[in-house]
Amino acid sequence: MMSTVPSELPVTAPIEHRFDPYVDNGGTLLSIAGKDFCVVAADTRLSEGYSIHTRYVPKSVKLSDKTVISMGGCYADCLTLTKRIQQNMEASLVAPMWYRHAHGKTMSTAAIAQMLSIMLYQKRFFPFYSWCILGGLDEEGRGAVYTYDPVGSYEREACRCAGSASSLIQPFLDNQINFKNQASERRELSLDQVLRITKDSFTSATERDIYTGDYLEIFVITSNGVELQKMGLKKD
Amino acid sequence: MEYNGGAVVAMVGKNCVAIACDKRLGVQAMTISTEFKKIFQATPKTYLGLPGLATDVQTLAEKFRFKINMYKLKEEREIEPRTLAHLVSSTLYERRFGPWFTEPVVAGLDKNNNPFICNTDTIGCINFAKDFVVSGTSTNQLYGMCESLWEPDLEPEDLFETISQALMNAVDRDCLAGWGAEVVVITPDKIITRTLKSRMD
Repeated sequence: MMSTVPSELPVTAPIEHRFDPYVDNGGTLLSIAGKDFCVVAADTRLSEGYSIHTRYVPKSVKLSDKTVISMGGCYADCLTLTKRIQQNMEASLVAPMWYRHAHGKTMSTAAIAQMLSIMLYQKRFFPFYSWCILGGLDEEGRGAVYTYDPVGSYEREACRCAGSASSLIQPFLDNQINFKNQASERRELSLDQVLRITKDSFTSATERDIYTGDYLEIFVITSNGVELQKMGLKKD
Repeated sequence: MEYNGGAVVAMVGKNCVAIACDKRLGVQAMTISTEFKKIFQATPKTYLGLPGLATDVQTLAEKFRFKINMYKLKEEREIEPRTLAHLVSSTLYERRFGPWFTEPVVAGLDKNNNPFICNTDTIGCINFAKDFVVSGTSTNQLYGMCESLWEPDLEPEDLFETISQALMNAVDRDCLAGWGAEVVVITPDKIITRTLKSRMD
């Protein structure tokens, strides 16, 4: 008896394998440089899709008395990158030597900025999914903000917002910090004015961006060191 | 929205409303015209903003002109902004499965001079807002600006400044919008129309 159905033939179908190493954990960060101070602020929400993993997890880390780093994007990558920066501040990347132990001093903000660019570019073809903003004081004691893309392209600016609500906040900073589209002359802002603009930016962004909220951490960097302020944001 | 680019925003003030648009017409990244207006006068005290696919913007502008004129002939009165919003909504929902690619904004004063603004999505779902509405390619930037600049009970001149700053700074961060702007402030006794010069890049 002949069967028309080849039932005994092995059925093979290709199995799809996919390596998907990145997630977007949301969050917003911003930094504004002043005459003799720098403000670095970030919300503390850690989310994935529509769910909130944690309401309080800091995105900013103090690297030295003059420098604070803030990161958004994939939180796992941000943690690893922060750890490696701290490690390299003891040990330099360019040669396998420890910076502090080799040079007997803490890295300057400009040196950390250059090093971070190299560290990000070293992973050019498997990048850290992280949006970095480095805030601090330069060698002359002026406020400095360095901003990065995930592969290490960087620039020193007066202010910058990055992360999930960056498209909401950046136009506001252009207007209020850089006086874009205003007839008035550009003037230096005081620390109080900068702090007010920072808080307004985040309360506004929290209204419309679901990935931003819970708490706001503000690092104020002056010649006296780094001071941390905390503020509540909406939790919905 | 992204094919031709463009942005529209409307705001409520104290006994007044404002509506503003950019003037860019592009084909993806290439700018074709800097004189392409997206807001149209529907009645003496009501304006209709139509950002989106330019061909649909023009077709719908004519379609609504016809419908508004027909309404006026039949009813022997001007259409109320709230009624216009529902007319817009039902016109869009007629094309539920092959929509017009535009997100209209209605702004005006009703017969008692109460401010009214709203916008809809491409298939006519209405959002009645009490403060401001945004539409087009710069929605994120406009939400950020409006949320931080807008406050209740602005007088016409302050409302003009607020909506102008909101629009200009928003479109300067959007490659697909900008290249000049037009602002209309509607008050009970007059309509103020101003053309803004802005960054041309």
